[in-house]
Amino acid sequence: MTIELFIQYLFAGITYGSIYAIVAIGFNIIYNTTGIINFAQGEFVMLGGMISISLLDFMPLACAIILAVAITMVIGAFIEIVFIRWLAAPSVLRMIIITIGISILIREAALYIWGEGVRSLPYFTGSAITAVGIFGARISPQVLWVVGACGLTVLALSFFFKATPVGREMRACAANRKAAILCGINTGNMVTFSFVLSAGIGALAGCMMSPITYTQYDSGTALAIKGFTVAILGGLGNVGGAVAAGLLLGVVEAFSVSVVPLAFQDVISIAILLIILFIRPNGLFASKEAAGLRAF
Amino acid sequence: MLRIRNLEAGYGKLKVLKNISMHVDPGEIVTIIGANGAGKTTLLSVIAGLLKAGKGEITFKGQDLRSLPASRIPRLGCVMVPEGRQVFSPMTVEENLLLGGHVVRSQGSRVLQGLLDYQYDLFPILKERRGQLAGTLSGGEQQMLAIARALMSRPSLVMMDEPSTGLAPLIIKGIFAVIVRLRQEGKTVLLIEQNAKAALGIADRGYVLETGKVIIQGPSQDLLQNRDVQRAYLGREKIEA
Repeated sequence: MTIELFIQYLFAGITYGSIYAIVAIGFNIIYNTTGIINFAQGEFVMLGGMISISLLDFMPLACAIILAVAITMVIGAFIEIVFIRWLAAPSVLRMIIITIGISILIREAALYIWGEGVRSLPYFTGSAITAVGIFGARISPQVLWVVGACGLTVLALSFFFKATPVGREMRACAANRKAAILCGINTGNMVTFSFVLSAGIGALAGCMMSPITYTQYDSGTALAIKGFTVAILGGLGNVGGAVAAGLLLGVVEAFSVSVVPLAFQDVISIAILLIILFIRPNGLFASKEAAGLRAF
Repeated sequence: MLRIRNLEAGYGKLKVLKNISMHVDPGEIVTIIGANGAGKTTLLSVIAGLLKAGKGEITFKGQDLRSLPASRIPRLGCVMVPEGRQVFSPMTVEENLLLGGHVVRSQGSRVLQGLLDYQYDLFPILKERRGQLAGTLSGGEQQMLAIARALMSRPSLVMMDEPSTGLAPLIIKGIFAVIVRLRQEGKTVLLIEQNAKAALGIADRGYVLETGKVIIQGPSQDLLQNRDVQRAYLGREKIEA
């Protein structure tokens, strides 16, 4: 393999990897405050892409993206308030079935609204054939947008969780729900907020990746599976682990193309998921403490 | 200040509390003693709103607590230090304290800083450990943190659920000294204890709970002299026999 090809694969891996990481972080945020896996996470990504594409007819790209993210956040809040909030002490199985139901609902609604067609946002800078040369490899500027946006999202999130009162309260809610209530924190609102937050970052990822991967009514499902794999791989609830695992999975997938046919790419990631579930169900980076605290 | 009338509560069909009536006046230390399974923790959980009561009345400063969600109750000045500390393990000591100050956050960072300084004065060890993760503290330090976290909300009534459990005698002494200091500063304390002797030693009044009912109540001195209490909870039987 030449060095140019190596870098080409590497960048492809990092691009997909950072998208997987963002989807996985969406899983983690909701998991941390509620202890459930929201299987509709991939649909937030699809909605972000689809809504921004529709809005693009009426406004410039940046406005369309911002508005699409905001609308998806409202949808996230709506879903939590309508489907999740009124459940007093739901079992994990019940929650899983509810979120799968929500994901089917959103997907079918999207099919009804946008049809089966494959759509996409235009490239943010340049066009499909514009490329930046890096060490002889040809990299689309959109790749830099994706990687940059995902990196900024992770930084902004870690600032939010570390340094703002609301972020601190969400972490408290994750660490010990009962104690959070005793501190006077309205944990119900924190759960709504976690849905809003993960809907928002999911939608942002959906906009960023749309020019490269295209958006279709059912493109969320595959992403949710990849994101779930990454969330498990990095250790459920672990945001840093999700970033590392996302990049790892993306790069492994990208390089697998040079060994196995492209059609088997998904086989690789699902195989990784199975292997991890068998040998390290707490993830690659999970601490013992975290593993002991939660049972899923 | 706190008034409970004919309270009944339980888990599903299991009635844990039966027809409980009690009150706590401002400035008092009141203790509830009783064996394991007598319903002490259940009683506190019901007052704090974590568990819904079946029947009866709970009022705090004249306000009905039963109709409020649990997260609203600390805002009224009624706060609980739960059994088994329940600190936010993956967060630092100072973050734990700031979370305890959630309900006074709107009063500005000056108030919050003042409260932090007060806690660090009350428990100097917490100041040393302020940047450390709460989960890495010793049991005694975690108990101090749990108490300090509750005090951050500037409560008028502090309810403590077995603060001495699993701690060394010297640490227990320190924690009881803090409880006495809280009363001197005008706070009211409702203390649940399995260590009946120590609890009655600092309390003004006590209630003895047995299988969900108040069987004896009165001033601490009377309870300390009461033969039934001595036999059942103070381990005096051998000495007297």
